[in-house]
Amino acid sequence: MKITFVLNGIKKEIDAAPDRRVVDILREDLGLTGTKEGCGAGECGACTILVGDEPRLSCLMLAAQLEGLNITTVEGLSKDGELHTLQQAFAGSGAVQCGFCTPGMLMTALAFLKKNPHPDRAAIREALSGNLCRCTGYQKIIDAVETAARTLSGKENS
Amino acid sequence: MPRPYIPEIGNATPRADAAAKVTGAEKYAADYYGENLLWAGVKRAGIPHGLIRAVHTEKAKNLPGVVAVLTARDVPGTNRQGIVHKDQPVLADSKVRHCGDAVALVLAEDKDTLRNAVSLIEIDFEPLPGIFGIDDALQPDAPAVHEEHKGGNVLLQATIAAGNVKETLPECAVVLEENFTVPFQAHAFIETENGIAWQEPSGNIVMVVSTQAPFRDRFEIGHALGIPINNIRIIGPYLGGGFGGKDGATVQCLLALAAMHAGGRRVKMWWNREENFVAGYKRHAARLHYRLGAKTDGTLEALHCRLYYDTGAYAHLGGEVMALGMEHAGGPYRIPHTLIEGWCLYTNNPVAGAMRGFGVAQVSFAFERMMDLLAAKLNIDPIELRIKNALQRGDKNCAGVVLTQSTGIAACLEEIKKHPLWQDRAAWKSQAQSFKKRGVGLAAVFNAMGYGRGLPDSAIAKVELTENGHIRVYNGVSDMGQGNATAFFQIAGQILCQENTAIELVQPDTARTFPSGSASASRTTYTYGNALIKACEDLRQKLIGRAALVLFADTTQDLELLPGRIKHLISGREIPLKQLAAMMSEQDRISISQFIMPVVRGVPDTGKEFVIGFPHLLFSHAAHLACVEVDELTGAVEIRKYLAATEAGRVLNPQSFEQQIHGSIAQGIGYALCEQVLLTEGNILNPDFATYIIPTSCDIPEMISLPVEAYEPSGPYGMKGVGEVGTNGPLPAIANAVADACGINPTRSPLTAEYLLHSIKQKESTAGKGHS
Repeated sequence: MKITFVLNGIKKEIDAAPDRRVVDILREDLGLTGTKEGCGAGECGACTILVGDEPRLSCLMLAAQLEGLNITTVEGLSKDGELHTLQQAFAGSGAVQCGFCTPGMLMTALAFLKKNPHPDRAAIREALSGNLCRCTGYQKIIDAVETAARTLSGKENS
Repeated sequence: MPRPYIPEIGNATPRADAAAKVTGAEKYAADYYGENLLWAGVKRAGIPHGLIRAVHTEKAKNLPGVVAVLTARDVPGTNRQGIVHKDQPVLADSKVRHCGDAVALVLAEDKDTLRNAVSLIEIDFEPLPGIFGIDDALQPDAPAVHEEHKGGNVLLQATIAAGNVKETLPECAVVLEENFTVPFQAHAFIETENGIAWQEPSGNIVMVVSTQAPFRDRFEIGHALGIPINNIRIIGPYLGGGFGGKDGATVQCLLALAAMHAGGRRVKMWWNREENFVAGYKRHAARLHYRLGAKTDGTLEALHCRLYYDTGAYAHLGGEVMALGMEHAGGPYRIPHTLIEGWCLYTNNPVAGAMRGFGVAQVSFAFERMMDLLAAKLNIDPIELRIKNALQRGDKNCAGVVLTQSTGIAACLEEIKKHPLWQDRAAWKSQAQSFKKRGVGLAAVFNAMGYGRGLPDSAIAKVELTENGHIRVYNGVSDMGQGNATAFFQIAGQILCQENTAIELVQPDTARTFPSGSASASRTTYTYGNALIKACEDLRQKLIGRAALVLFADTTQDLELLPGRIKHLISGREIPLKQLAAMMSEQDRISISQFIMPVVRGVPDTGKEFVIGFPHLLFSHAAHLACVEVDELTGAVEIRKYLAATEAGRVLNPQSFEQQIHGSIAQGIGYALCEQVLLTEGNILNPDFATYIIPTSCDIPEMISLPVEAYEPSGPYGMKGVGEVGTNGPLPAIANAVADACGINPTRSPLTAEYLLHSIKQKESTAGKGHS
């Protein structure tokens, strides 16, 4: 079926089977391999993308659900080669080790910060608890989200 | 963009791979596809032990979109893989030995067809009685997992002995005895096993694969499939986690076989999560019997251990894992008399192999519980007991090896001892709320680094001045997330004085980089780093020497290598590196250097059964402290605070160092509290993240990492490996904290709420009957 949606700010029209998984469309059909797959069952969060401002698991979404949606993947975060504040914070804080959970973490964190611009660490932990990481022990990821929140709210105030 | 900087040793240099990973640009093996792609997948045994009568592939072959269905008959070589023992078939031939054994390989045009085809394959089995644990394997009349193996189900039996345990242990003033058991643990890396391969018109096989050992993979494939190793090229990009689970063949031989039947098309294989659990490697389950003897003042005198490791259906690195466990069985303590006996056993359970803390995580639980039991028995402060017995340089360890290198366990313990979390523990414990009990527990642990004797721990570094004047490091040892590539980036920057933007890193590729061993044994930065230092120093001398000719310098003393150029300090003349590169031949722009890790001199007269991997020269050390709260009503444990003091030589990058400490503690906490592969007759009951629980962001406390630096003269800039030691601390530290909180004696892991509640109730009912 023909499906029209917005991907990282650009209107896309694709032809896909209605039951094709969105993670496969992104990775295999559109070459956007930044979105990862770690379980295919909605348990690890590696495939998280944004639908509007909401984090969604692309391994549990089907093509037909894409119609008319506004999708953001990790590839849509940086603008003109400039890293997003959250990406800078992840790199700077040491929140990245193997990096395979990182894109999903970033998308979940981004959605969270949009709703909660001044979170405490406990709230960040809760928000990220659906994204599994096996390398970091999470502490530096929490640091990164906290740093990004401060930087982003500083930008708003200035 | 951030300003360019010169990566240097000792600074918290951001990871060289971070920018590409946060943008999604970094390509892992899983991210490779390609035009006209085929998908490959496997029909697995599904039963733990049985003879194969027939494999019916007709229905699958007739399915439209299926390109090939292969069985053992289609495997051209020995059809055997394995790092030390070649006992594991690529495709099972006469029998299957665990549920995850691969029996047939399917190539299909798409994933849906592949799934359907695999489900259409039927296998006729004659089921055999199974060996489902240590006791089964030890029965004298037990059915053999490997009929041809001379030792029956004993893969390896070995002994480490020093002094005279038989005479001294019974004479000790205090003798304590206990049994401990630990389950299989899964690596649970987020990128499951995968790769992509194709056959070139020349017949050569090219493979991009998520692997910790690209150079060894060629031998595995070559041996199993009868292909000369120079006809195999392995490319090993950054891994989405490894932790030991990608050290050894996973998809490699299957994929190479698939590529041989794909007519030059690319073939991709990517295990799903269930397959990762069923067919992937595990940390060994183990049973550990300890008898420890001491003087009344707490001086350790004698230790007798009997260690049993369940290696599952195939040897993999089982014997070597057990050897390392045995070498660490006495803890980081001085014990003059030791007798450490080990049995590594074949069963019909999943295959166990390398995992961070390689055999050591298991024994750490036992020896550190024994130390707390001894401290309680003698009424000695547990930290004083440990400090009193801590190994010092010059002491003999429990394997009878004299420690000649940096040995920082006492320094780690002293660091913990003066910390407020230890000093103020009584006050903190007394503040527990109703129905909560608080406890504080310690663990002193260590972990060898490097391969040990019998296998040269070698790396070959290559560094190049590129045509455009950049420095390119050809890294031959995989970065699975541990950050060795960043250390190489720092070493090149430090020696060659170039900015981050002018340093390039090539990841392992058997056609472009040189054999540098596996990403394992906490060795990557140590061994490759040492080789790289020499290569960079050689290149530096070479570039300055060549520049002298151009700049008319009559001595190289007056020349300085600076970012992007070489300057003659007397005349002020400069030559840009790009211009210098253009004047040099390709061959001249390269430096290559090999480093082989030093080994123990004067090997002790024990542990003769070990083929490789015994004994070790270098150890990293750590002391951990866990502050826990146990809910008396549910048995649930909450870790409130966690502290780790770690000695791993000098710290080259504080950020990378702390990453390793945090990550290893988190995996250790999973091992302590919730992780266990549940098995019923060899079948995994929890092959997914909904039922095999790894810690989430809500389960790991804020961790404090204290580096306790020592200088290791043999290490690059004085460092030792830090990748594994932290994994060994959490289980014993948390178990000791729980024991402190509740007055119980945890002897098995994980410390689930059910287990602890049962132990608490049992203790209460015993106390109620008037026993102490």
